[in-house]
Amino acid sequence: MTEIMLEIDNVSKIYPGRRGIFGTSAEVHALKNVSLSVRKGESFGLVGESGSGKTTLTRSILHLETPTSGSIRVQGQDLGKLSDAELRRLRSRVQIVFQDPYASLNPRMSVYDIVTEPLVIHHETLGLTNRQRSDRAAELLSLVGMGPQHLHRYPHEFSGGQRQRICIARALASGPELLLLDEPTSALDVSVQAQVLNLLCELQDRLGLTYFFISHDLAVVRYLCDRVALINRGELVEQGDCAEIFDAPKSEYARMLIGAMPEVKVPETA
Amino acid sequence: MSTTEHNIADDFATPRRDRLRRAFFRFSQSKLSMLGAVMVAAVIFFTVFGTVLAPYPEHVAGGVDTASRFMPPSVAHPFGTNELGQDVLSLVMAGTTVSVLAGFGVVLIGSVIGTLVGAVAGFARGWIDEVLMRLTDLTLTIPGLILAMAIAAALGSGFGNMVIAIALSWWPGYARLVRGEVLAAREEVYVTAARALGATPKRILFRHILPNVVSPIIVKMSLDMGFAILTVAGLGFIGIGVRPPTPEWGTLLSVSRSYMPDYWWTAMAPGLAMFLAVFGFNLLGDGLRDVLDPKARR
Repeated sequence: MTEIMLEIDNVSKIYPGRRGIFGTSAEVHALKNVSLSVRKGESFGLVGESGSGKTTLTRSILHLETPTSGSIRVQGQDLGKLSDAELRRLRSRVQIVFQDPYASLNPRMSVYDIVTEPLVIHHETLGLTNRQRSDRAAELLSLVGMGPQHLHRYPHEFSGGQRQRICIARALASGPELLLLDEPTSALDVSVQAQVLNLLCELQDRLGLTYFFISHDLAVVRYLCDRVALINRGELVEQGDCAEIFDAPKSEYARMLIGAMPEVKVPETA
Repeated sequence: MSTTEHNIADDFATPRRDRLRRAFFRFSQSKLSMLGAVMVAAVIFFTVFGTVLAPYPEHVAGGVDTASRFMPPSVAHPFGTNELGQDVLSLVMAGTTVSVLAGFGVVLIGSVIGTLVGAVAGFARGWIDEVLMRLTDLTLTIPGLILAMAIAAALGSGFGNMVIAIALSWWPGYARLVRGEVLAAREEVYVTAARALGATPKRILFRHILPNVVSPIIVKMSLDMGFAILTVAGLGFIGIGVRPPTPEWGTLLSVSRSYMPDYWWTAMAPGLAMFLAVFGFNLLGDGLRDVLDPKARR
């Protein structure tokens, strides 16, 4: 039995209805009794349409959102029971790459400032000198396929793919073990998508990362993930090994999703 | 990464210097903005050197020459002389220092207080927001000049007190502007990213949010400079603020009022100086807004 990295246990999130002049709006059940576990070193895919609760779940794992009930444990530590200091330390181990690389980088900070910010924030845990930080920044950039010549530029000077690489470098800076990837390629065009996905695969091999990969693109999930869960309207519909779900989907919803996948026929070269 | 991606990025890469140059180019495309910049430059020049360059420095220091009182404009006195025989041009030149420095002080103090209040309110939300913004609204309900008069009367006259008095009625505009901008900026994804990294609220506010709301603040500051100079002159006009013999535009105007319309030149020079300074700062502010804050462009 491999070690469990992330355990989501019966998590629900209810957004209360708003009381307005025209009556009270209904409360929103964003997540309903979601349970899943992610093993160390694997890629776990979470697939769902927009509005299905994917983002709420991510935000809950990052503890930006507190679940209404249930618990989330990262390597056995319950997020809801941590002190502020413990939570901050945990944040260095769980990081996220967002969907939109244009919005997720502060336009007023240079790449150097962006990439070293996690090192500054977690200096108590990491304890790096300025010199070591610079070295680490250059190292991180080369890790994501960029060079030290990019360090003192600003985000607007880069293409979408490069920005996403910077986001990945920032996420890796504090040496996390679990990386949440919130549709990291859906804002990129197809050729760049492939480059970023390959980079992610490469990084996982090299650094032994655990991925929690959120997407609505089944092809990408199939390519990258070992196990997958389908979520619909806040409820987990099905979860299991990637191959199993794609080859023999059990639920109606899974069959519908997979049926909707565009098929690419590769012409046979004789 | 493929080499093509590298090359494309290098071609389009613009260092910060280039961005500034482009902003300056856009700014210089507007004749009115450039006119404003030139006028503001002149005003700043006289703020620094006005006293030194005045043709009759002894009049600036308070010297009188009753033999030549109320002389109409001439070559020796381009704007005539006043009731004490002092050269009006010298007084107005020297008065720039007090008026503009006071105006600048008001805008600076007002924007610092307002930015802090607005940023904290917008960032913290909840009851802190309510308390701070109701306080801001409360300050706004009192007419600025009257509040400033009350504060100046309580503190006593003098340059510093005058600046503080006006600044205390000046900050609500900044507080409301900054709160709105902060409310928008705190929802940005890069702020969420910083929170996920474990950044402290202080760090998020000062490193991620405030740097991104600076442009509208600068624009408002330059637009406000003119009004602040007018308000300072207004306080001088009603006799609270700087006292003669220290030359100040409002005080000069107030004294010359008694000699209108026969000795019109005593009022014309300070009035004109005020008009030009206010006009210049407003043009500059409009130009800066077009460059720095394109969303608000008309």
